[in-house]
Amino acid sequence: MNDNKQTQSPLVGLPSRKAYGKVIVELGHQNENIVALSADLAGSVNLADFAKEFPDRFINVGVAEQDLMGISAGLTLAGKIPYASTYAVFAALRAAEQVRTDIAYNNLPVRIVSSHGGITFDVAGATHQALEDIAFFRTIPGMAVFSPADAVETAAILRATVDVKGPVYIRLSRVAEKTVYTEEFDYKIGQPDLLIPGEDVLMITTGVEVGETVDAASLLKERGVNAGVLNISTIKPLDSKAVVDILKDYKTVMTIEQHNIINGLGSAIAEIIAEANLNLKFYRHGIMDIFTTSGPYKDLLSYYKLDPVGIQDTLLQVLDS
Amino acid sequence: MESKIKELSKIATLIDKDILTTARDCAVGIHIGGNLTLSQIMAVLFFEVANLDPKNPHWEDRDRIILSKGHGNVALSSAMARRGFFPLEELEKFDTFNSMLSMHIDKHRMPGVEISSGSLGHGLSVAVGAALGARMDKAQWQTYCIISDGELEEGSVWEALMCGANYHLDNLTVILDRNMFTIEGPTEETMALEPLAEKLEAFNWFVLTVDGHNIEELLEAFNKKSPEKKPKFIIANTIKGRGVASVEGKADSHFFKISKEDAEKALAALKSADAEA
Ligand SMILES: Cc1ncc(C[n+]2csc(CCOP(=O)(O)OP(=O)(O)O)c2C)c(N)n1
Repeated sequence: MNDNKQTQSPLVGLPSRKAYGKVIVELGHQNENIVALSADLAGSVNLADFAKEFPDRFINVGVAEQDLMGISAGLTLAGKIPYASTYAVFAALRAAEQVRTDIAYNNLPVRIVSSHGGITFDVAGATHQALEDIAFFRTIPGMAVFSPADAVETAAILRATVDVKGPVYIRLSRVAEKTVYTEEFDYKIGQPDLLIPGEDVLMITTGVEVGETVDAASLLKERGVNAGVLNISTIKPLDSKAVVDILKDYKTVMTIEQHNIINGLGSAIAEIIAEANLNLKFYRHGIMDIFTTSGPYKDLLSYYKLDPVGIQDTLLQVLDS
Repeated sequence: MESKIKELSKIATLIDKDILTTARDCAVGIHIGGNLTLSQIMAVLFFEVANLDPKNPHWEDRDRIILSKGHGNVALSSAMARRGFFPLEELEKFDTFNSMLSMHIDKHRMPGVEISSGSLGHGLSVAVGAALGARMDKAQWQTYCIISDGELEEGSVWEALMCGANYHLDNLTVILDRNMFTIEGPTEETMALEPLAEKLEAFNWFVLTVDGHNIEELLEAFNKKSPEKKPKFIIANTIKGRGVASVEGKADSHFFKISKEDAEKALAALKSADAEA
């Protein structure tokens, strides 16, 4: 984190999906094999600029997410690098088998960049909120899974994954995430980023919740709790050795994510903790295995305790228990 | 008949009005274009065609109405409220935290709704299931399913169309809101659906094409018996964003919050049209 104005990225403050819209154009100029596809949502997933810049390399398949993934698989047979974008819920669930069998089983370099991850499509309700996508994608062999914290990290991940040999999933948000990174940087796939070291207590988080958790750490500090924050934006392949090396310095660990607590980041960390026999207090915070309701984003964040106050309160309870 | 049509037109106008005021008063906007297409269809369905008991929404013999295009929830909510399923005031809370009425249909919060929707292309399969279930029980109730033209771009809809015809579901009626647009533009440019009636006929459906804003034509289509035990498919030609001059018949009508002035104009136009009728 650095506030130096001279090196501040122009992407700072944008929602991650808008950063995608800009970076995909830049990548398109660098690599003419890059093509982009959407299923009647080019505007929402921010592919409109790409479509304008490269009209011959953009395909709208209509409202047809299964077709979106199948066609993307097919484009790789012609040497293309397809970027397929729709809402996270449809990418993961509607098109699940096309993703698994056509794209992943054949190990094809399709980049599935979804938007509206988590509860960020607030008023749209349960049908449009994505709380299972990380679970699905991380269960697919060979799939690299990313959940960037903000616009700048999104750009870094997009640039770092252009040449990945196999399939990639990147989960973006509808809302503007709180800024975590202000300067552009070279992303190292798999490497966790200890944003705040803290002491004894560590909050591990990902995606749109990173900024919320950083703010929760400030609130906790006022309460005398020196909690650290670890950003895990590569959900897979997760460098478990690096994670263990960090975790062994803490007594209490809580994960925070905008995802069902089952099979998301929390589960990934739980697996590492169990297999490494780490002796620490552990709690998964997120959407507690329920279907969510609809409403303004701020209200939802507060209701599900995923805003700084909610995260603070949850951690204090964990420490008390 | 004449007075029936007049009465239903009045109800359709009230639904239009509810859509416009919700689009004006809501926080972030509504799917205004694809709700204004549904007013006459909802009026005819909820106030004339379907057999319903708002006081007993779980009544076993009720007709099943499935709005597959779940973002048409404002028109549905208005029709259901005005039919007595819940208070009209609920519309004022549209899209607030955990409100009964929101962008997409939520069965858990809306009394009388058969199924939650919002993800496109699901409803027709559900409707086929309902119609098959009624058939098994030799029940007389009907199933009505309202779909959008965008949904016809989903493969699942064509699977359901095949199935409905295969099982000769003459207790099933589909109403297509054929407004010619999805989000990204006109269907015939983004993903051509025509010749649609011919395709549906080839799928063995009894196909009728009507003006979806014309009460009389809608009534006639609903009342027509389908021959040869075929399921019925009503192509209702509609105008996306109908009644809002700045966006009527344009892709731009899909989703927005209407300004006070534009709402005022549209509401005034509704009033004078009503006076003329
Ligand atoms: C499975 C799925 N994909 C994408 C969307 C996002 N979406 C909402 S409305 C819409 C298309 C709107 O066109 P249409 O379905 O014809 O509705 P109408 O014009 O009648 O409003 C899309 C793609 C969705 N709700 N569900």
